[in-house]
Amino acid sequence: MLSDKDRIFTNLYGQGDWGLEGAKARGSWSGTKALIDKGRDWLTDEVKASGLRGRGGAGFPTGLKWSFMPKQNDGRPHYLVVNADESEPGTCKDREILRHDPHHLVEGCLLAGRGMDAHAAYIYVRGEFIRERERLEAAVQQAYDANLIGKNNVHGWDFDIYVHHGAGAYICGEETALLESLEGKKGQPRLKPPFPAGMGLYGCPTTVNNVESIAVVPEILKRGSSWFSGLGRENNTGTKLFCVSGHVNQPATFEEEMGVSFRELIDRHCGGIRGGWDNLLAVIPGGSSVPCVRGENMPDALMDFDGLRDVGSSLGTAAVIVMDNSTDIIKAIWRLAAFYKHESCGQCTPCREGTGWMMRVMERMVRGEAGKREIDMLFEVTKQVEGHTICALGDAAAWPIQGLIRNFRDVIEERIDEYTYNANPDGAVPSVAAE
Amino acid sequence: MTLIKVDGQEIEVPDHYTLMQACEAAGAEIPRFCYHERLSVAGNCRMCLVEVKGGPPKPAASCAMGVRDLRPGPEGQPPEVFTNTPMVKKAREGVMEFLLINHPLDCPICDQGGECDLQDQAMAYGVDSSRYHENKRAVEDKYIGPLVKTIMTRCIHCTRCVRFTTEVAGISELGLIGRGEDAEITTYLESAMSSELQGNVIDLCPVGALTSRPYAFQARPWELNKTETIDVMDAVGSNIRVDSRGREVMRVMPRVNEAVNEEWISDKTRFIWDGLKSQRLDRPYVKKNKRLQPVSWTEALAAVAKELKGKAGDKVAAIAGDMASVEDMYALKVLMGAMASPNLDCRPAGSVMDPANGRASYIFNPSIAGIEDADALLIIGANPRKEAAVLNARIRKRFRQGPFPIAVIGEGGDLRYDYEHLGTGADAIAKAIDNPPFKAERPLVLVGEGAFTGPDADATVKLAAEAAKKLGAIKDGWNGFGVLHNAASRVGGLDIGFVPGKDGKDTAAIIEGAQAGDIDTVILLGADEIDVNALGEAKVIYVGSHGDAGAHRADLILPAAAYTEQNGTYVNTEGRVQLANRAVFPPGDAKEGWAIFRAISGQLGSPLGFDSMTQLRAALHNDVPHMSGWDEIAIGDPSDIEKLAGKAKPSGAALISPVGDFYLTNPIARASAVMAECSQLALGQKQAAE
Repeated sequence: MLSDKDRIFTNLYGQGDWGLEGAKARGSWSGTKALIDKGRDWLTDEVKASGLRGRGGAGFPTGLKWSFMPKQNDGRPHYLVVNADESEPGTCKDREILRHDPHHLVEGCLLAGRGMDAHAAYIYVRGEFIRERERLEAAVQQAYDANLIGKNNVHGWDFDIYVHHGAGAYICGEETALLESLEGKKGQPRLKPPFPAGMGLYGCPTTVNNVESIAVVPEILKRGSSWFSGLGRENNTGTKLFCVSGHVNQPATFEEEMGVSFRELIDRHCGGIRGGWDNLLAVIPGGSSVPCVRGENMPDALMDFDGLRDVGSSLGTAAVIVMDNSTDIIKAIWRLAAFYKHESCGQCTPCREGTGWMMRVMERMVRGEAGKREIDMLFEVTKQVEGHTICALGDAAAWPIQGLIRNFRDVIEERIDEYTYNANPDGAVPSVAAE
Repeated sequence: MTLIKVDGQEIEVPDHYTLMQACEAAGAEIPRFCYHERLSVAGNCRMCLVEVKGGPPKPAASCAMGVRDLRPGPEGQPPEVFTNTPMVKKAREGVMEFLLINHPLDCPICDQGGECDLQDQAMAYGVDSSRYHENKRAVEDKYIGPLVKTIMTRCIHCTRCVRFTTEVAGISELGLIGRGEDAEITTYLESAMSSELQGNVIDLCPVGALTSRPYAFQARPWELNKTETIDVMDAVGSNIRVDSRGREVMRVMPRVNEAVNEEWISDKTRFIWDGLKSQRLDRPYVKKNKRLQPVSWTEALAAVAKELKGKAGDKVAAIAGDMASVEDMYALKVLMGAMASPNLDCRPAGSVMDPANGRASYIFNPSIAGIEDADALLIIGANPRKEAAVLNARIRKRFRQGPFPIAVIGEGGDLRYDYEHLGTGADAIAKAIDNPPFKAERPLVLVGEGAFTGPDADATVKLAAEAAKKLGAIKDGWNGFGVLHNAASRVGGLDIGFVPGKDGKDTAAIIEGAQAGDIDTVILLGADEIDVNALGEAKVIYVGSHGDAGAHRADLILPAAAYTEQNGTYVNTEGRVQLANRAVFPPGDAKEGWAIFRAISGQLGSPLGFDSMTQLRAALHNDVPHMSGWDEIAIGDPSDIEKLAGKAKPSGAALISPVGDFYLTNPIARASAVMAECSQLALGQKQAAE
């Protein structure tokens, strides 16, 4: 349970002034120069020591990622790219930061830039975030006007921030597709290796970080890594923005300590499950691309990377989608399959062809118009997509369906039986198997 | 070198190798669709997946991962790769299944059938039946020009065509629009592609999505006879394979020759074959009562004998055209010698090339492959894109490797790469000598036929030679003076000395002489590119394959074989001697060119010293020894180029490329309906652009 003094995003709901004055009053931009002066290695080591793991979904240690940037400058500039292309269904945390606490991000960019020897940062904002982009641009302008960033700024580390507005494609949230899009090309993921730290934006060393990962950096550095690592569990430290949507009494985005139980999370912040805990059917705990979990396995699950892995899912972006018994779970997962089919970039074969195939089989399963052996076939198809693609979108498309089949096979079979019965009301089984 | 283990077998491969190359070096076959060694790596078909030991628990795309990217084992063992494990088998089957679910299984009506990568690999790596019971995707066919037919439902999105057009051809006219399942390859506005190399996308397409439009539904690959031969549409001497059925040429395909055309051919080379079937001269004609009447060979040869017998040598002249083989020209030269005529020329455009200056003065000395070794390029009086499209692709290849400054003196235009335009006339060369456009170690000075013709020819060539010397193109170990010819016969003709003898007349003088009545008889060996109507009252004997300008003016027509119909030697612009082979027989009564001259000599009572191609070649090789060095280049002496250098003042007239319309440069092309359509289209695009 997070106490108010440990909160990083103190203006998450926009009750205070989002601008520079308000941010300064809340502690932003204080002592930044002293941190910058401690130099690159100290910054990276401090972030490493805090145990901060990337908040964009994969949970890769942020400090470690920074340390992949070349130590010796070979003449190419280094770039920090901030991924504000928040498009994962269910996720709405970066949006709140951009709206109400943009200076956390701006200050974080400067510090992270120093931590990787970058003099420029690009913030790639999702196409649909119009007002958020305006707010962010205003905040960046305020920082320029106050000489906090830019050439010869008060911090002694020349730093430029460019806000780039995307065109609204989910795939551009994938780090290499984002770089392609930023370069003005078609947003299709690149082959790795080479990794961005070696050859990223415009062929230069680049680190791509999530908005939240960067926005928490100033507080970590100011309060010290031990403060941050003291929150949560080992390997799952710190605080996290959770966005809970779906069948809870009060859907909300809020900051909470890592590793609280699901029951505590819902009861304290969201007013409980709609219709009570017995009414809980399933939870997607980390945004649309992670497998769903059966309701009965959830209440005691710990909401962090390792805790959710133990229940066969993943923390992802901590976008918790709660579904009660009124949900048609097959249809819900079909909708996600349709989303991934629509957002597949079409570059590599398994994802391009597989997402459509999976969606169409799911479409029939929603009606129950399928054979029971097709459930296994569908599972095998998801396995044929997973791990065979250039980027992780193939995996993301496969996991929800795998979660459905693992957890709700009985529901699918029931639906198929129902459909078959209705097709043959007298109960007669067709004498010839449909082939 | 890196040590790597492939399927348990240790092998040492160069550091820059990809896993795919390493596996192939170890003898393991890797299926692929999107990967092509001459294009950038896309890694999108996912067919080439292999298992990497110690890596993440998923297969890796072997085309995109380098052997350097692999980490050695915990005790420093070489990294291990597997191509035959259950994981790899499953991955391939999975990808193959995905490729096939939306691929129409219309192989029986698909032109790619029998030579389709998807078909072959589905046999080898696929499973026997489909589990896909949904509706298949259908994609609207696109119009992308008169040469390439599209059936886009078959497309597997490998993007080879997109990469070829952007990287090799240098046009961004094809692209992938949409995303996911709805991704489509298109020219977007459905306009025709403008590249002279677009036909190559047909070969690159691993399925039947892009096929040859003129060849559509004409034949099946397994019923064609395949003859490996040489192209004569330009002076590059592209290596081709002529596919024929019975007496008909059905299509032309490229062969791989790294030194000449890599594996590309121009559209003229590929789609010319319908021109081989129309406007053919298939029997002799003699002009009687001002009309050409078909006659027998006996009658025709008697008429030739009557025309030539006892005539003074200087009253007779011969001009060889752009597609004549060395053997034909040699036979004609010997015949002219027997008649004691010095009036012969193989330069119908009147260029000032002279074999007396030595071979280095008229061949492409750096060699075509040598373009890649150059570090700067000065183009004088040439439009390589139109004169030698495949060679231009090589220039672009070098350009893409950067830094490669290119300067152009001449007409310029869109050459598919960036360059600095220094001027249009020869005076710009003088300025370039004083003020070099680049500093380079191994510069290449490319001199086109446009520099060797026109009012300024002498001055231009001299300045070009001087520029080559001043820019440092001629030094030990590097001869960067390259003459770009545009006719397949030219270098061969110059090599055997098919030029005016002592006091002989060149092309311009022959035409003048014919007008003035000094010349009674002109023998045209496929020479249609001269002003035939200016030949006055002279009797014209036309030996050639097509009814074009020359045949229209002729008083006597002796039908000859085209390049696909006889064996012959051709020397390309870099001086490489190559052999063309007969794919089909000539139509009707047409005969091979050298045999016609042999028959004429018999009629004249002084038979040439050879009765067969073997005897002819023996005599030829005796006269011109390097003609026996097939597939080799007899290197020229760099000091020959200095014979060109000297002082001359140019007038500044613009240098004009000899190729105005790429699609209509020779009689075969002018007989081709496909080429006519392309020409119209290109003209329309040009006008629309202006």
